[in-house]
Parts: sequence; C-alpha cells; structure tokens
Amino acid sequence: MSLEASSDRPRRRDLLDQREYVGIEEISGPIVALRGIHDVGYNELVEVIDGTGRVRLGMTLEVSSGAAVVQVFEGTSGLKLGSTRVRFRGEPLRMAVSPEVLGRVFDGLGRPIDGGPDPIGEPSDVNGLPINPTAREYPRQFIQTGISAIDGMNTLVRGQKLPIFSGSGLPHMQLVAQVSRQARIVSEDSGFAVVFAGMGIKHDEAMYYIRNFEESGAMERAAVFLSLADAPSVERLITPRVALTVAEYLATEMGMHVLVIMTDMTNYCEALREISTEREEIPSRKGYPGYLYSDLASLYERSGIIKDRPGSITQMPVLTMPNDDISHPVPDLSGFITEGQIVLERDLSQRGIYPPIAGLPSLSRLMTDGIGEGMTREDHAHLASQLFAAYAHVKDIRALASVIGEEELAPVDHTYLKFGDVFENDFLSQSFDENRSIEQTLDLGWKAVSVLPREELHRITEEELKKYYRK
Amino acid sequence: MAERVIGKVGRVVGPVVEAREVAGVEMLEMVFVGDERLVGEVVRIRNDAAWIQVYEDTTGLRPGTPVYGKGEPLSVELGPGLIGGIYDGVQRPLDVLRAQSGDFISKGIHVTALDRERRWEFEPVAEAGSEVFPGQIIGHVRETELIEHRIMVPPRMGGTLVDIAPPGEYVLEDVIGHLKGDGGERELKLYQKWPVRVGRPYKTRRPHTVPLITGQRVLDTLFPVARGGVVVVPGGFGTGKTMVQHALAKWCDADLVVYIGCGERGNEMTEVLLDFPKLIDPRTGRYLMERTILIANTSNMPVAAREASIYTGITLAEYYRDMGYHVAVMADSTSRWAEALRELSGRLEEMPADEGFPAYLPTRLAEFYERAGSVEALSGADGSITTIGAVSPPGGDFSEPVTQHTKRFVRAFWALDKQLANARHYPSVSWLASYSEYTDDVTEWWDETTKGEWKDLRSSIISIMQREARLERVVKLVGADVLPDSQRLILETAKIFKNAFLQQNAFDEVDAFCVAEKQYRMLKIIVRFYDLALEAIKKGGTLVGVKKLGVMRDIMQMKFEYANEDAGKLEELEKKLEESINEFGSIFG
Repeated sequence: MSLEASSDRPRRRDLLDQREYVGIEEISGPIVALRGIHDVGYNELVEVIDGTGRVRLGMTLEVSSGAAVVQVFEGTSGLKLGSTRVRFRGEPLRMAVSPEVLGRVFDGLGRPIDGGPDPIGEPSDVNGLPINPTAREYPRQFIQTGISAIDGMNTLVRGQKLPIFSGSGLPHMQLVAQVSRQARIVSEDSGFAVVFAGMGIKHDEAMYYIRNFEESGAMERAAVFLSLADAPSVERLITPRVALTVAEYLATEMGMHVLVIMTDMTNYCEALREISTEREEIPSRKGYPGYLYSDLASLYERSGIIKDRPGSITQMPVLTMPNDDISHPVPDLSGFITEGQIVLERDLSQRGIYPPIAGLPSLSRLMTDGIGEGMTREDHAHLASQLFAAYAHVKDIRALASVIGEEELAPVDHTYLKFGDVFENDFLSQSFDENRSIEQTLDLGWKAVSVLPREELHRITEEELKKYYRK
Repeated sequence: MAERVIGKVGRVVGPVVEAREVAGVEMLEMVFVGDERLVGEVVRIRNDAAWIQVYEDTTGLRPGTPVYGKGEPLSVELGPGLIGGIYDGVQRPLDVLRAQSGDFISKGIHVTALDRERRWEFEPVAEAGSEVFPGQIIGHVRETELIEHRIMVPPRMGGTLVDIAPPGEYVLEDVIGHLKGDGGERELKLYQKWPVRVGRPYKTRRPHTVPLITGQRVLDTLFPVARGGVVVVPGGFGTGKTMVQHALAKWCDADLVVYIGCGERGNEMTEVLLDFPKLIDPRTGRYLMERTILIANTSNMPVAAREASIYTGITLAEYYRDMGYHVAVMADSTSRWAEALRELSGRLEEMPADEGFPAYLPTRLAEFYERAGSVEALSGADGSITTIGAVSPPGGDFSEPVTQHTKRFVRAFWALDKQLANARHYPSVSWLASYSEYTDDVTEWWDETTKGEWKDLRSSIISIMQREARLERVVKLVGADVLPDSQRLILETAKIFKNAFLQQNAFDEVDAFCVAEKQYRMLKIIVRFYDLALEAIKKGGTLVGVKKLGVMRDIMQMKFEYANEDAGKLEELEKKLEESINEFGSIFG
C-alpha cells in the first residue's frame, strides 16, 4: 500500500480517532461541510464514504467546535446529504515511503495504478516541514544537461529549482524528457533518480513520458505520480506533495540525487483557485487566492541540499503561461520563488529551432557559483555574459532593421545580425538526442562570438580572447 | 502578569485561530495555542472571543484545546549576542532550533533568543548612587571586534542607580545593578525586552546630512541615500533585487546591518550565511558577519511569522541605534510581508481594499518606514537607521498597491529594469525611472569630499544621459549613421558611462564595491572625455578618430584596474586622457 489511508489492515488507534459520523450538511463543488462533530484537527485526513461503500479521501480546511469544512480529493459526485458517512482519521495525509517506490506508477494520491502491490514503508506526512536555512548546503555543483542553451547560459546546479516556462504547443515535453535522460554530474557516472508528478496532463502526454523513461532505462529509478486531466481537479493539490515526500525520502534517507519534474503547475494553481472560489475567499489577481505565493513556496522550497547528507533534490517544474503571458500570476509568482527560469519562445519554435529557449528572459540564479575553473571552464562566466549582451543587441538591431531596412544598417550591425544567426542555428539549436559536453557547448559559444569584431567583446578578458577567439 | 489560561481554541482557519470563552486577554498579547503551545499573538477581541495569528503551522490543532496568555506583548530580547546570529521572524535562533529539532523546523519548540550560558566581559561606566536617566549608558560589553555593546538603562526607567556590578564576567541573567525609581526598585541585567510593534523612544530627530555610501556607483552618484533615509527597490523577478540587497549588506558603510529575509528563498539565506563569515569588510578589515544580524523567515516558513519578521528586525536595529550606531536595515521583500498581511486579513474576514490587500496596508507601511531616521538617542548619542525595502511587484508592474503605497513613504526609489537585467547589465537600476530626494541633503558632504566639483559633474552626466534618451528615439527610427558627430558623441559618452561606470561586477574583487573618491574620479574622467572630445570634434576631428585613441580602452577598464586604495592614481589617467585628445585635436587646430 502506498497511502496509509487506502489500507484495510486493522491498526491500533486511539479511541478518540475512531470517529465516524453519518450525514453531512452541505455539498458545494469539491467541498462538504459537517456539523455536530467533535475534536477534529485542522488539515486532518478524512474518509468520505458514500452509499455504495466507496471511500474517498479528503482533508479538513477549516475546523471549529462542532463543525468542519472538508475538501474531497476525489470529487463529490454521487454523495448524498443523509447517507454519506465521514470518518476522521486524527492524522494528516501520509504516504508510505521506501526504495520500492522506484520503477512504479501511482495515481495522484499515491496509490499504485501499474497493477503492482502497494509498497510498504514508513508513512510520512505529505505536507513536509520547512528546511531550517542554517541546515542548507549552498548548491554549487554543475549538472550537465547536454543542452547548450541550458549548460552554457542558464546553468543548472544540483539542488536548484529551475522551472520551464512554456506555452501550449511548445516542445516542453521533449525538453523535459531530454533533460531527465541526459542530466548528470560530469565527474560521476550515476544519473538521477527521477520523481515525476503529472498534474492535469493528458493521457498521451503521460504515456509519452513513461515511454521515454522506459526507453532510456530511466524508469527503474523513477517514481511516477499521475493525476490526469480527467481526474478530479482537487486531487492535483496532493499530487506534488506526495511526489515531494517520496523525493525527500530518497534524498535525505537514501542519499540519492533526485530530479523532481512537476508538470503542469498551471493546472495545480487552477485547482487551488477552484477550491478558493468555492470557499468564497477574497481573491487577489485573476481570481487566484492571496496565498498562492506561500502555497507554491511550500512546494518549490522542498528542494536543495542538506548539510552532511549525501542526497539532493533538484526541481524542474513545468508550467504553461496562459496566452504566453509571463506576467500571469502563475509564472510570475513562480519566478519569484524559483532560482531562475527557462523560458520557451514561440517565435524561435516557429522558425524550427529546437530547443526554443529564449535567450534573454531565461536565467539561472545559481549559475555563477556552479561554473568556472574546476567546475566547467574558466572562460564560461565571461563568455555567457558576452553572449547575453550581444544577443540583446541583436534583438535591438533586428527591430531597427525592420524599420529602416537591413541595407541602412552600419557595418558593425551587420556582423551582429550574422552573430544572431550563428548563435541561433549553431549554438541554441540541437537535436532531441544530441548530448553535448560542456566543452562542445562553450566552443560553439566561441564560434558565435568570433563572428563579432574583437573590440566589441567588452565582457571577455584579453587572456580569454587570446586563448579562444577565432581559434 | 503571569502566564494563565485565557480561553480555548474555537475555530482554526490556516494561520488564524479564533479562541472562545476568553477572559482577561490583552490586545497584541503573546499567547500559546493548543497542546503543542504554538506561539501566537492576539489581533482582535470581540466579547468573549479573541482572534489569534499563529506563528507556527496549525496542522492538527483541535478546537477545545487551551490557549495560554503570556501576559506581555510579543517582544524581542535585546542584549549582547545578537550580532552574527540568525533568527526566524519571532526571534528564535535558527541554529539552536536546528540543534534541538534537526534539519527541518518542527513545531512547538521554545528557545530563548539569547544564549544564557555565555559569559560577557562587563565594564561599568556609571557610578553607584548616581542619578541615571532612561537610555543612559551604564556599561560596556565587547560584543564583537567591531561593535562595543553599550548597556543602557531601559527606556521609561530612570532614577537612582543603587548599585552596579564591578568589572568582570557575567551571564545575561546576572543582576548587574539596581535602579530605584518611582515604581520602586528594579533589577538591571545585561539584556532588556521590548515589544516589537512599538518603536523605541529617542530624544529628537536629526536632519539628514551624510550619505550612506553603498559602494554601488549608480546609487551613490546618481541616486544617493542619506543615513537615516528610506529607499524602496522595486523590481520584477529576475531583475536582481536580491543581488542589490546583498551588495548593500556587504559593502555599505553602516556600522551594523540587519538583513531581513522575509518570505524569500531558503538558498539565499544560506548564501549569506556562507559568504558573510568569509568576507572581509574593507573599511575595518574584519569579517562582515561581525556586523550583521540575519532574520530569516523564508517563503515556506509560517506566514504569520513573516508578518512579524520586519518588526523584529527593525526593533533590533533601533536598539543598536540607541547605542549610537548607524544601522542599515534591508528588508527583502516587503511585498511578501504585505502578502502575509493580506492572507491574515482574508482569514480574519476583513473587508478588502485594492487587490485584496487590507485597507490599513498604507498605515502599516508608514509605521514601518517611519521607524527609520537619524536621531539623537535618549543616551545623547547620534544614531541612525537607514531602511532599504525591496518590493516585488507582480508582473513587474509598478502601479500595484504595495509599490504605490510604499512610494508615498519613501524618498528614494531605485527602480530595477527588466531590459537592463536581460542584457545582464547589473546593477539593473534604471537611470530614467529612479529618483532620490536625498540628493540635496548630501550634496554638501560630497562637495566637501570632492573640492566642490561633485554637484556640477553629476548634473553634466545627467544632462548627457537625458539627451541620449531623446536621441535614442531618433536612432530607433532612422539609425545612428545620420546623426552628426557631436550628437553621436553623446551616444558614445552615454555608452561609456553605462559600461564603464554604471555597470558594476558584483563578483569582481576590485569592482564589487567602489569608494566615494574612486566614484568621483571616474565620473570626472568621463565628463572630461565628453568635453575634450566635443572640442576636438568642433575643431574638425572625427568621432571615429577619437574612438581609436589608446586611452579609450583604459577608460573602459578603469573600474577593474584601479583598486579603491589607488583611486588617487586615476588623476594620472585623467592627464593621459587630456594629453591624447588634445594631441589628436591639435592636428586640426
């Protein structure tokens, strides 16, 4: 069994916790309200049992003397006011964790859906606890993803949370699959254990990921949690928490390096909004609840490295920006919590460039500490900075050229346009199964900047120019 | 008032608890909720019900469990041992929490803020039998190499010092003296307590005259802040807000820095914890941690404690101000604090104003920012608090309520610009959208330091930047090639100013911070370049010719090549510049 709640085994419990009530007072969307109850805790696990005996899981959202408000993860369809039984479990939702979860597929609440047996293990509270900032180890170990746009310009480091901001129709699926297949620490042979949380994604999308994990052999060190698009939306609120609980176990107890992929966070936020409006809470932007930031933080911050423990959690959440709008509350609040973002750009994608990682809005905040001599190469920081600056200039010149025509541009601006082409076609662009080493990536970067005249390269030192420029 | 049961838990909604059957509770009283004794604060009382915001996770809290009142408001402990510490939003030391509960923060742990075991070398300066006034310094403790901790008579207490302990080593709980006043005899210890939501009293406010040198050229030269001033730094995500705050915490010339990480990333606090004990303060040669206090309430820690964290931070700052120190407070980010306020307000079912924020948001902001200032403390010493608050506007939109309200209570605005950040131009402070009202206050200081030249140099460069902004609009339409050389010189000078002066590399050993003298000399060289080149162009020289001069590369690299202590040598570069351009111009003369 995976969720303790789905167990039929008899278990010793305090008499107090054996509380079952018949009849509910109100059903509204995924929320039910009860009265006449006693001694129920906040955020406590609830079992809601309908007339047919089907058990659905829920959680208390609000408790007061004699009353409780419960959200039911598996929907409320078919529930009746009179005959529904509600059982309070006297404990928060827990997930059984053990190494056996690897290689398995679970539903959004952590119950196996691959036909295998329930894994047995220590039940852990899915809400987790905040890591004490003094217990954190600062992440600074370079992860090679084999993708130039990430390794060269938005370097991922172990313990980082680096989301992908995508849009509908953009190839984030391929990118995530490629990263989870290729990501490794250069000095180590072993790859990552992958914990995958799919929230509100389509069946074929889920199949795509699983097939990819199976083909690359990653499946045996992966745990997959799926709350698909047709599952009740409230279930999505639990899926990432269950997945992160497993990831924390693998990292802190088993000493594994875990890559957590959570897709699609926009669906998660929609579910949160649904519950919030159902409860008639005061909305902030676009109807999302005021606590969206804190709620997202309670997921994203469950990553990092703890001092004197061998494992780590690296997060790569995926979200689709509604209407490609990066200022939408979901990407916006995510960007404030995560340590950078990889932004996919429709324009690049339409021009057939894969991966269409936007040069300028993408950023890795932990990059500076993970690159340079001894980690990647001594020229990395300056080269990346120069690529950013030059590419920003390319964007300006392209805008100018569209007004005055390319012929009217100054000669140096023409070389910038050429740089832009080389950068996009040779450096950014690569195939789905191309795994570039960091040296290859940096050399391609030099190939691009070598298009520019030497005096334009303000951000690179003389020494580095001597060593790499036009070599 | 001693601790007693004041009621029981009635209703739990996230971090807000409604207590029922309540009797004898005070507004803002500190309480312990439920069997786990979660720390909370009373925020509303109505008949026999009290609403409590709880500073710890309320999962599992049950109606019917008792609520205990502490009999005093939420307070902080003020005494030796604060410096170098890292605390959560309600002043629980995080390293002690870790020792007690492991790598994850669990609930219901009660620890004292200050170490009760540690012995401090106390040196009395007041004499037994003398009359002492509130805030008077009665002794010293060497807290760190940098900070001498001055033991003060607590505010609102005064009278005759009956006795005072001789020099020697004491722990915090030792009685170091007795004070006889109107209210009878009181014990004095090395530490005192103060409620966080009440500003500590001072004698008078002082005018702002001295700038807080931040070491960041764009700030000190273009948008200076005075000691005792308040600044807001707004910026969307990825614009480098935290980088600016970290740079200020590292290099600003305050005596003491209180850094409040309010609802931000855990790894950022770790970075500070890791860097500061290793970094050397260039002015004193000591480790930065010896002048730093950290308050860390990261985004995943309880939201109510986030609300309290900025008050905890500013109260610690006021305490050191009262000793006569110049303190800088960095609050990163006040938007997260405002969101905490909004969440709590929503749970209290209050009527919302703009975007769900409570109507009292501006009042609270004003209360917080007004606790900054330059004062004559009760002890007679001069001290100041400079507050630098970061704001994280959603979508980078400065018209949102927190930015707008904050702007009303601050006098300097350092706007961070997405475009600059995208081009990796750091610090990404926009020279067009930012402003500082402290410029006039600090002009005198700068002019004294720079033989009266600063004001003129500054207005010259501002005028060049403004003309550049206008010309850029033309260039966007027709390209730069059609402009005459005199106008292209403006573009060129602006480019040099941006790259060689405004842009500053936080990771470069030499460039990370810049002393006032170096800033002034660099500025002078760039303004001189413009004047001289313009002269040469008027005589018939071309801009292309000027750009080819070897001295140009020296100018572009001067920020890296002249260390702060060698700032005087920049005078030679200025001479070299003059010679090369004059030589160039003389061909046409």
